Amino acid sequence: MRREPPRTLADYTPLAFPALMLIVFFVIPFSTMIAVSFFQRNPAGFYTPDFVFDNYARFLSLFFAKVLGFSLMLAVLVAVCCIAIAFPFTYLLTRQSRKMQTVWLVCLLSVLSLSEVIIGFAWQTLFSRTAGITNLLVAMGLMTEAKALTPGFGAVLTGMVYQALPYTILVLYPALVRLDPTLLEAARTLGASPVRAFLNVVLPALRNTIVATLIMVFVFALGSYLLPQMLGRPQHWTLSVLITDQAIYQSNMPFAAAMAVFLVLISLALVGLTLMLGRRENAG
Amino acid sequence: MTGFRNRGISRRTVLGTGLAAAGMLAMPSVLRAQDKSLKVGVYGGYFKDSFDKNIFPEFTKTTGIAVESVAEPTGEAWLVQLEQAAKAGQAPADLSMMSQTSTLKGQSTELWTPIDPAKIKNYDSLLPHFINKYPDGRVAGIGAVAWYITLVTNTDVYKEAPTSWEALWDPANADKLGLLALASNSFLLEVTATTFMGGTKALDTDEGLEKAFAKLAEVKPNVRLWYRDEAQFEQALKSGEIPMGQYYHDVTGLAAADGHPVRSTFPKEGGIQDSGNWALSRASTKVEEAHVFIDYMSQPAIQGLMSRKVGTAPTLKKEVLDLKPEEFAAVSSEIPPIIPRYDLYTTKADWINQKWTELIVS
Repeated sequence: MRREPPRTLADYTPLAFPALMLIVFFVIPFSTMIAVSFFQRNPAGFYTPDFVFDNYARFLSLFFAKVLGFSLMLAVLVAVCCIAIAFPFTYLLTRQSRKMQTVWLVCLLSVLSLSEVIIGFAWQTLFSRTAGITNLLVAMGLMTEAKALTPGFGAVLTGMVYQALPYTILVLYPALVRLDPTLLEAARTLGASPVRAFLNVVLPALRNTIVATLIMVFVFALGSYLLPQMLGRPQHWTLSVLITDQAIYQSNMPFAAAMAVFLVLISLALVGLTLMLGRRENAG
Repeated sequence: MTGFRNRGISRRTVLGTGLAAAGMLAMPSVLRAQDKSLKVGVYGGYFKDSFDKNIFPEFTKTTGIAVESVAEPTGEAWLVQLEQAAKAGQAPADLSMMSQTSTLKGQSTELWTPIDPAKIKNYDSLLPHFINKYPDGRVAGIGAVAWYITLVTNTDVYKEAPTSWEALWDPANADKLGLLALASNSFLLEVTATTFMGGTKALDTDEGLEKAFAKLAEVKPNVRLWYRDEAQFEQALKSGEIPMGQYYHDVTGLAAADGHPVRSTFPKEGGIQDSGNWALSRASTKVEEAHVFIDYMSQPAIQGLMSRKVGTAPTLKKEVLDLKPEEFAAVSSEIPPIIPRYDLYTTKADWINQKWTELIVS
């Protein structure tokens, strides 16, 4: 099939719908948010349209820098853990029979139907002292006393990885299924062990997919605000938790908007940087 | 009523169920032509459903005013919506249930039509703190519902009930407390001031606030959970996972009555009393009907029934109510309550919020 370059205006019409969606669901809300972030906050009431930098100035402090740093670190860690677990899992899954794959995928999809709240409560119970998994370990004689594993960093990380894992697998699956099996056969014929073939052939062949998935999980995790506050201590609260506090509880929309704009810009910059590095490596 | 509480649905749901029961018993029914109407904002969900089913029909029968109820989102989103609409001359609801802080914030833009005390028969029986006034003395809101936040404990873990808020500071309670996560809903600054600084007047000055923050910082090692969502703490309290904290008196009482090992104690310094007002949007033209509604809701009979069946603290003085001593004790206390310093959350909101967040996060 040969693709003609678009010549007339009519040739561009297929673009109209996506463009409209992008404008309605991204450009307009985001522009509104940017506008609000410059408004003047009135603590006794609401806000008045204005052009002030107070909201950004308040954000530029060591305190918020630390919270932002923690949020980014957490999101990166969640993304890395998800890929580390999901990639080998999905690879092995694609080598199963068709029926087996369907069963697994249906199970994974059903996990997606759980809301964040349910996931949070479930892990809270699993990690509790009174009813949690440590009781099992005590019964097995591996521990002397049941103890609470939540709240803590480990609990937050576990909850968030659990939540993002099905998405990761579903994004990786199509690419891994389409992976040309002859590549592996060639590697094996040339004497590579299965593990070596996986590391030296499968991984590099899918590098772009992996990078794209990393970014998706990173962005997904960055927006999480429920699990960090349910499973973590206050020092594990992400910037999203503080944004929610400002927007919902303090009705300080200008400051919430300024923080959100900052978060979006930082994550866009990180995504851009990742893509740029990837392209350079590919070119070189 | 057992099932839903175990699933940890919020306190408003619990209140709503009781209210439904109260409504059924409340009023004789007299049908009249419904040529007048009123839009009333109430918290969405089960609460609104039970008002719709039981309170509003009875009110309509008694007064001939048809009620259209509007589901209000929680937090201050509703205040923002009312404000924006009023600017355009619209009233998404005539009367709304508003928190004290929201009522004060609305005052700053003259959002509320003043209420005429002469038209509320029981106005003089209202407890003074249930009358929210503009600085010049006009009435901005009248108490709608009130509730207590008290010191709660798991009875399996604490055989003896604590007697003072000082228990929160006790080093023996390390990593055992569940407290509300925000300055403006935990009111812990007020608790600190009342317990250690002789009263909430100590918070008038910045130095007083700094001192309260410093004292409050000592609680941090004892806190296992800073919660925003009630269900999060309630479950942990029942199981003994987090055996002490601050929580709602009424819901704790219901859980105890259900056989859970929990108790609510009014500390000797007093429980924290929070409340919501009925407030009338300035864009509303239903001033007359709104007064009839507030008058109806402020009757001793209705307040007494709500206390019995719902667990809300009455907005009227104890003398005019027909509550038995044990019924009164179930929802309130003779110990003077700690009344939150709502004014601080409008005048110094951002400063307090920033200090508070830094206090607990860092």
